[in-house]
Amino acid sequence: MIVVEDVYFTYPNSVEALKGVSLTIRNGEFVAIMGQNGAGKTTLVKHFNGLLKPTKGKVLVDEVETTKVSVATLSRNVGFVFQNPDHQLFSETVEDEIAFALRNFRFKESIIKRRVTWALNLLGLTQYRKTSPFMLSGGERKRVALASVLAWNPKILILDEPTIGQDYQQKEKLRQFILQMKTQKKTTIIVTHDVEFVAECSPRVLLMQNGRIIADGEARKILTEPEILRQASIVPPQVAQIFLQLADLEIPRNVIDVYEAREKLLNMLERRGK
Amino acid sequence: MSVFDGLKFRKVYSPIHNLDPRIKFVYVCAIFVVAIIFWELLPLIILFVIQIPFVLLAGVKRQWLRSMRGAALLATIIFLTNFIATFIGAGYTVTARNLENAIAMTLRFIVLVESFSIFFLTTSPDHLGLALEQTHIPYEFCFAFTTAVRFVPVLAEEAQTIMDAQKARGLELERGNFLKRIRNYIPILIPLIVSAIRRSLELAEAMESRAWGATKKRTNLYVLKMHRGDSVLVAITIGILATAIYVYLFFKVPSLNELIGSLF
Repeated sequence: MIVVEDVYFTYPNSVEALKGVSLTIRNGEFVAIMGQNGAGKTTLVKHFNGLLKPTKGKVLVDEVETTKVSVATLSRNVGFVFQNPDHQLFSETVEDEIAFALRNFRFKESIIKRRVTWALNLLGLTQYRKTSPFMLSGGERKRVALASVLAWNPKILILDEPTIGQDYQQKEKLRQFILQMKTQKKTTIIVTHDVEFVAECSPRVLLMQNGRIIADGEARKILTEPEILRQASIVPPQVAQIFLQLADLEIPRNVIDVYEAREKLLNMLERRGK
Repeated sequence: MSVFDGLKFRKVYSPIHNLDPRIKFVYVCAIFVVAIIFWELLPLIILFVIQIPFVLLAGVKRQWLRSMRGAALLATIIFLTNFIATFIGAGYTVTARNLENAIAMTLRFIVLVESFSIFFLTTSPDHLGLALEQTHIPYEFCFAFTTAVRFVPVLAEEAQTIMDAQKARGLELERGNFLKRIRNYIPILIPLIVSAIRRSLELAEAMESRAWGATKKRTNLYVLKMHRGDSVLVAITIGILATAIYVYLFFKVPSLNELIGSLF
């Protein structure tokens, strides 16, 4: 569980990135943090594994205050995948890359081997086991970075812009994986601009603007509020846009799922036909 | 990082900032040469003092003090090594002369830092590029130079991100003995180098797609011209150089303790 209590954060160059953020993320929750560039999304999630410490206020991860322990200790429970994979890949092979964190956390070699195989398999990277990560394409490098964090099976997973550079199939896999995390009572937090991806996953959405949280709730509620979304520079997902345009037809507005939309439209046509 | 802070340019206007960077550079080189040819403390003190008006005139006192503070550690090391070496050389006795020599060596270093700090604090990278270009250095080199200067803060920021990313994977930089600690930096250095190379290739492609080097003869929006201030600086520079050479050739510069000794 992550508890954020009235956190303020100011960067050394005196940019105030967080201005009084409070929230609670329970175990097993799936949260998407959205908002325009510079709203403070990444700054906020960097508090969850202690990379940044609040200037004022408190962040508690599983009842431990982040200022009291090292990043390495917190990371054992909080996995953080950075936006740009090139900021962390350095090993000679994909295999070593994934084993890096496991070695830092002093896993036994036999367990490391097993977990690396598991992670490679999960992200469809098995054929690249002995390849240099630098030889892979952008999307593949991104998956190696993800695998290198998933390998130690953290309780809380933070993904910064996970869908960038991924094709539809990979996004779908990612979605399935996050749902799986949910059933294992694990927490996933994503920072993203990808409205359609969020609409498909329908997580809890936190909208941020200018260092504050301006909306917090179910995806279907928040992503169908054009007024709030506009403040955060987000366009509603396409399904929601159609339903907003069709508001006159007496159909519900808060639809973001394609299958639900189909249902609602067929119902309406049926009613009209009678 | 404080040493670099003392070299970082901030845009302000002052008589020193407006000077032609070429002349300023010649001035810095002159100071450099004079500081190197003298071994005695007295001329180095003079060199140190004559630069202070420049700092005050440019209004960069705070940043300049910071660069001086940044140089303090290295200055201490220079002082200690010189002092210990002469201390052993003189048969384990402290003489006033040895002490003075060690101080002179330290002050020489400080004078060099001082003059370079003034130069970089008051010269924008753009001006520097312009100066290089208008001294007929091929444009490719000028461009490479200014780009390198401009990318320093970008790389520093990137290094920070990489450090964060690796810490999030359980890397502890401060763990282990000395050798282990150096090895801890490999996961940070490799991504930094790779991404710098990648960035430079991308920059090259982007520039070529914007027709870089299409015309052989480039023109500039701003052309550096000599003003009155520049002539004054030229005069000062020549004055310092001439005096220094004259003194060097025809005088025996007294050491400070001889001077004090002769007074009493």
